[in-house]
Parts: sequence; C-alpha cells; structure tokens
Amino acid sequence: MSMLVPFGPQHPVLPEPLQLRLEISDEQVISAVPVIGYVHRGLEKLAEQKDFVQDVFLLERVCGICSFIHSMTYCMGIEEMMSLSVPPRANYLRVVWSELHRMHSHLLALGLLADSFGFENLFYQLWRVREHVMDAMEYTSGARVMLGTCCIGGVRKDINKEQADFVLRKLSDVEKELRTLTPVLLEDYSVKVRLVGVGRLDPKQALTDGAVGPTLRGSGVSYDFRSTGYAAYRELEFSPVVEKGGDCYARTKVRINEVYQSISLVRRALGHLPDSELKTPLKGNPSGEVAVRAEQPRGEVLYYLRANGTDKLDRIRVRTPTFANIAPLLHMIKGCALADVAMIILSIDPCISCTER
Amino acid sequence: MLKVTEELELGNLHEKIASLIPRGYRFVTMTAVDAVDHFDIFYHFDLQFELNTFLLKLPKEQSLPSISHICFAALLVENEIQDLFGITVTDLVIDYKKSFILAQDAPVKPFCKVPGVGVSVLEKTAEGEKK
Repeated sequence: MSMLVPFGPQHPVLPEPLQLRLEISDEQVISAVPVIGYVHRGLEKLAEQKDFVQDVFLLERVCGICSFIHSMTYCMGIEEMMSLSVPPRANYLRVVWSELHRMHSHLLALGLLADSFGFENLFYQLWRVREHVMDAMEYTSGARVMLGTCCIGGVRKDINKEQADFVLRKLSDVEKELRTLTPVLLEDYSVKVRLVGVGRLDPKQALTDGAVGPTLRGSGVSYDFRSTGYAAYRELEFSPVVEKGGDCYARTKVRINEVYQSISLVRRALGHLPDSELKTPLKGNPSGEVAVRAEQPRGEVLYYLRANGTDKLDRIRVRTPTFANIAPLLHMIKGCALADVAMIILSIDPCISCTER
Repeated sequence: MLKVTEELELGNLHEKIASLIPRGYRFVTMTAVDAVDHFDIFYHFDLQFELNTFLLKLPKEQSLPSISHICFAALLVENEIQDLFGITVTDLVIDYKKSFILAQDAPVKPFCKVPGVGVSVLEKTAEGEKK
C-alpha cells in the first residue's frame, strides 16, 4: 500500500522552500510531484518596468549565488541587440568574476551536500575554504556576492596588479585546502556508501529531460556552454569536466573538479589580462529580440529579451538552470529510498529563488 | 539576433516536436510573449550548442496543446505560462490548475498586456488611491 509524504517546503536540509509530494511504498519512492511558488518575486515583470540599464542591477539579484553571471548574460543580450563589442580586458575580467562565482557556488553546494548526509565537520570545512573566494571577490569589487561590476558594453571596475596578486594568493589557499578535503569527499567509505549508485540518471534520460550543468555532465554528456567560447573562454582554451557515473557521486566529482578548473581559468585569465578600455560607450536604445545563453555553476541559463527601441524592454524571460533540472530530478528520485531523497535533491544544487525569479 | 527556425501551426505542433527528440534535440525552454493581438509561443531546443527556436502564433482565447507527453521537461514551463498569461494549456501531464507559481492573492494574468487586466489593474487602483 502506498502513502503520500510531503517532503518540504520546510525541511532541515533544504536551504529554500521546495516541496516534493512523494508517493511512498515500503520506504521506496514510487513517484514525486514538485510544488513551488512559495517565494515567487515577479522579477521578470518588474524588469519590464525599469529601464534597460537599471535592469543590469535588478537581474543580478535573480540569484544570490551566481549573481554576476546573471548580469553578464543579460548584458550579452543587450550588447548583441545594440551590436556593441566588449573590449578584450572586460571579457577577461568577466571570466575572472564568473569563475570566482562558480567556485563559491560549488563549495557552498558541496558543503550543503555533506550536511545532508550528516557530515557536519566536512560542511564547515568546505564553507571555510569558500571564505577565501568571498575575500577575493570583496577585494576586487567591494562586495562579497552582488558585485555590481558588469555593465552593458563591458565592466565597471578593473583589477589592478595588487588585487590580482591577492586573488592568486587566495586561490593558492583554496587549492591547498581543497586538496586535503577532496579525498574525504571522494574516497571516504561512509561518503561513498551514501553517494555511489544513488539517484542515477542515464545520459539519454538526462538529455530527454533537458538537464543542464553538473547534472548533465555527471551523466557523461559533454555539454558546457563555455565550450562555445563566449567572453574570453575561447582564448583560455576551455574543455568541460565530465563524469560517467550518472549518480550523486559523479555529480559531486564534477563539482570538485570544476573548482580546480576554475582556479586554473582565473590564473590564466589574470596572467594574460590584455590592455584595453573597460567598456564600450552606450548610445541609444535596443531593439529586436535575442536569446542568449551562458554557463552558470548549476548549468546553462537562457535570457530571452524583446526590445522596442525605447528604454524599457517588452519582455524579459529568464530560464534558470534549476528550473531545467527539476524534471530530471523527478526521474532520479523514482525508485530511490526515502532516506536518499535529501541527498538527491542537493546533488542538483537547487536554487529556488532563481527558479521562481 | 533571434532566428526562428520554423513557424509552427497548431495542427502540426505535436508532430514537429515529436520529430525533434529522436534527432538529439534537447529541450531548453518555452517563452510566451503577449503580442497584443496574439501570443507568441517560442519553443527553444538545443542541438550541438545551436539554439533552434520554433514559433507558434497562438490566437488569444485559444487553448495551447501541451507537449509535456512528448517532452516531459516542458511540464513546468507550460504550467508557468498558464499562471502568468492565463492561457489554458490542455492535456498537461500534471495540471496545477493555474496555481503553479503564483500566490492565491497574486494579480491575474500578470504578464498580459491587455489594458484593464492583471498588473495594470493594480497600477490603476494604486493611482486612484493616491488621488
């Protein structure tokens, strides 16, 4: 006989309100129905009422974790509509701040995952490492998360030699400390028992369900939008991190390896910062429609923008990565043990504020 | 700029979407836009990093057939479109009955640009209160 168990919206392992209505039989999940709508903010509508320059700041606030990449993707859309070319130095700086965001997002997600299976010490250690990244962002922009450094046509702030050296020192600390924690996450017996083979998603299902980011790459699909070379990724010779397991362990491994990859990308970007202007001056208002994409820590984000030649846009639509990863999540959960549901949810690194915008 | 790969009709919508999945197209999302005299419904699919966008011009007051039985991932965004635009989406795999993302006391059809409906009503009321 089956019964219905509401998982969330308030649950100790969920940082934000999400409910899954689980149909359970003998502690095994038969099906799950997601329920969201607890924190809908109407940001897309609000963005239609602000002018397109104010929207840079507004859309940065779609997410409190990968905020810089939201503002950058929006700016890329406006730049495409207005045929604005971004100066090379600004493109490199955009990569630096994007990768710093990816690092702190992944470290946060890994910490929460450790917390979900009761490894509190590991959770604290990972968040302690994350503080180095937060320091690097604060030293270069003046803020820990909402950097406010991206603008249409380029970036608003530069990174000087002293700031670059500080960032590089912090990255060395991150790398050194993460090297001691990686074996705990990947080789510890208890951790592996909780993660290996749990929440499997095969590559075909991942593609059919529209999965993105580490959720997709953890299923063996080599898809990372940075491969297209936007901003300065082409010059920095990017290649995606892929794992074939398709389970919680594989998704965790992707995130850990992506932190190391981000460290390498930031080092290369700061080591080859070109000399140029920081932004191209903006003239007039945008018109036309675009759909632009970028790779956030949780996966691909899409911005659809429709402009009418005035200072206000007709329509702004944001498809965040968590929104895309909910359908695959439902397939991962099917057939799993009730005790594994929390970890499987956290293995997609859900961001509900993003999802509801 | 956005390139529309193909314009779809209500009659060939299911057939067209069903033909994309076996060819390796990944569903990205749908976008609805109120174009005043009709709704533009964009279906975005990715194939090897290229965005393929299919456009359906949906007459107002007409319902939208769901593609969620072909493409499960469309389920959530179709429910969102129901909430935000008031478009009735038929044959949804899970139908949240227009209470998917908006609170019970939220404006009705907030993304519609029809004067007198949705947010414009609230704005009008607020202006009235100021006077």
